[in-house]
Amino acid sequence: MSLAPAFDPHLDEPEAPLYTARKQIYPQAVKGFYRRIKWLILAVTLGIYYLLPFVRWDRGPNAPSQAVLVDLPHRRAYFFFIEIWPQEVYYLTGLLILAALVLFLMNAMAGRIWCGYLCPQTVWIDLFMAVERLIEGDRRERMHRDAQPVDLEIFSLKLLKHSIWLLIAWWTGGVWVLYFADAPTLVYELATFRGEPIAYISILVLTFTTYTFAGLMREQVCLYMCPWPRIQAALTDEHALNVTYRYDRGEPRMSLKKATHARSVNEPAGDCIDCQQCVAVCPTGVDIRQGPNLGCIQCGLCIDACDDVMAKIDRPLRLIAYDTDVNIKRRQSGLSEVFKPVRARTLLYAVMIAAIGGVMAYALANRAPFTVNVIHDRNPIFVKLSDGHIRNGYTVRIANMLSDPQSFTLRVDGLHEAHIEIIGGEAEIEGLPSITVGADQTREMRVLVRAGEEDDREGEPAGLEFQIQDIHDGRTAIAHDFFRTPHSIH
Amino acid sequence: MQDNHAKKTDEKGGYGTTGHEWDGIQELNTPLPRWWLWTWYACIIWAFGYWIAYPAIPLVSSFTKGVLGWSSREAVVADVKGLQTLRGPMTAKIEAVSLADIEKTPELLSFARAQGAAAFAVNCSPCHGAGAQGSKAYPNLNDDDWLWGGSLDAIHTTLQHGIRWDADKDTRSSMMPAFGKDGTLKPNEISATADYVRSLSGLPTEKGADLALGQSVFAANCAACHGDNGEGNQEVGAPKLNDKVWLYGPDKALIMERITVGGGGVMPAWATRLDAPTIKSLAVYVHTLGGGQ
Repeated sequence: MSLAPAFDPHLDEPEAPLYTARKQIYPQAVKGFYRRIKWLILAVTLGIYYLLPFVRWDRGPNAPSQAVLVDLPHRRAYFFFIEIWPQEVYYLTGLLILAALVLFLMNAMAGRIWCGYLCPQTVWIDLFMAVERLIEGDRRERMHRDAQPVDLEIFSLKLLKHSIWLLIAWWTGGVWVLYFADAPTLVYELATFRGEPIAYISILVLTFTTYTFAGLMREQVCLYMCPWPRIQAALTDEHALNVTYRYDRGEPRMSLKKATHARSVNEPAGDCIDCQQCVAVCPTGVDIRQGPNLGCIQCGLCIDACDDVMAKIDRPLRLIAYDTDVNIKRRQSGLSEVFKPVRARTLLYAVMIAAIGGVMAYALANRAPFTVNVIHDRNPIFVKLSDGHIRNGYTVRIANMLSDPQSFTLRVDGLHEAHIEIIGGEAEIEGLPSITVGADQTREMRVLVRAGEEDDREGEPAGLEFQIQDIHDGRTAIAHDFFRTPHSIH
Repeated sequence: MQDNHAKKTDEKGGYGTTGHEWDGIQELNTPLPRWWLWTWYACIIWAFGYWIAYPAIPLVSSFTKGVLGWSSREAVVADVKGLQTLRGPMTAKIEAVSLADIEKTPELLSFARAQGAAAFAVNCSPCHGAGAQGSKAYPNLNDDDWLWGGSLDAIHTTLQHGIRWDADKDTRSSMMPAFGKDGTLKPNEISATADYVRSLSGLPTEKGADLALGQSVFAANCAACHGDNGEGNQEVGAPKLNDKVWLYGPDKALIMERITVGGGGVMPAWATRLDAPTIKSLAVYVHTLGGGQ
């Protein structure tokens, strides 16, 4: 079994060049089970991508009503009922960790199914190839046409294809920017040429990358630019399902005629009739019969193509299938097949996904609607007043993550006798200073705490508890700090 | 590395080799795509473009300016201008509204405090300290003890015209005589006065100190400015002597030194150096440090 990439037939020659020209691939259309799954995923994922910015979500008058929105100028991200502030970026970190673990789990279960079904590169290539087939026809027609000198008809067909590709690419880039501003407003602004320059630039860049990657570069991105095939190879094991040519069944390959003859005289004959259909449909130009391959994105289209042939020549299906080398070896030794979806690796990934997902869900469900933070003045640490009292200064920041303005009272506990003053605070409520914080905003205040003589004592500085309380429903948030004096240990 | 090793086909994998060999380990030939090579060349050409377009090559006393004429200095100037434009509406409000009203409006207060803090760090912290905590001879601006007044307007006036700043005719001015140096007081009188001043704020005095002498010297020479009981006088910037805050320190030697040499601190007038909204912001910032009256 050779590990040489099948997409270049010259690599086994000693005089292979250091740089190779790209070999044009003309993937053939195919129908079947895996192709249907791919169409379905394409419809769902692209549907979500293109339509999601227009989904509305009512958050009241003080917040945007777009379901999914990354509001960069105001430093807020919205996802349906979730609103993320910049300091909560750990949710994004958690999400990325989860995404990586899910990718690892998928890989442990069935190899590069991410690449074959879900990767945006694959999905957009599929879309672009569908357009290509619609205009230029299937594999043979395109190969035939590309071998001819360019005439007006060929030129117009190509022009039409590239125009539609550019249109899709432009639409793709256009939708991207809608996730960063109110979609209907931005569409109107863009259409009337009143959008921000950055919006137009983003659209241009994404139009260019979509057109180049999905239309022109295609499998070159997977082969030479993407790191995942390299990482994936280090994370897989012998029990992960891979698109596998069952050479125990397929070899020795020979023509149908010869195979029929061989079987009639009880000589060994494989099911593979070397019809090359698996190679013809492959979007990366791989010959799966050469074994595991960096170029194989495990989309399963060769399975569909081979099944089609097997059905026609009346042989059992799945000569190519999601299988393992372990099973090939076991069948060759007359043992039964084993499938081990539950093993240490998959269990570990599943447990980690559940744990991290659980922690995130718990944190999200129980996070405070408002928070208080306190920073002690660093310089001076304390101030001696003219009557000998000691005063400490604090910066108190209240974050109101609710979509309505909230009023809070501030209480500072921990001293025998404390006098609290808020610079820029509002009227007192029941003897406590009050602060109003606008909807979805933070407010920073200077809070001065003056202590009586009893509190200027030797030893550890007194601990302070800053408690804010919502004046309407009594909910509280707490932060801790210290009161420092000339006699306390700094 | 042997570079002259013959290229051959690797026996196990069926790959061709590059002919490179390190201690018997050969390198398989996995050729890069040709477009990668072209992309690399294109990047190099792009880099040359940078050399031409932007300042790049140092010369003896100058450097190549680049055809775009871009300079980082001008970029900073443009950025600063952009920020000023952005802050324009708020700055205009600060200029229009009275100091007291700035403190009453949360939006203006936070803007003024931020602007004041930035201006303080650049202009005031060298003497008054990064946190306005002061040091010997430079007042702490956090406490409630003010030499020339701690109201918003008093702070604002001090900022505008300075203290003992001769270039400004409206500057705050006063001078404590050098009682020791010019021979007005004898050493024993200075010592007794220093002990008496310490007693005003309840600090212990030296054994055998002549407090009666100190009191009479104080009444004759000091009370005019510092008040009969050392309560100070903000009209002339005379410090309170009966509280717990000391500009130079409460030690007897330090008090004697002040009586001997007299004088007073100097602060520049800022009206000629900073624009009006910045001075207003500074006044609000200092006033809200905690000691404002």
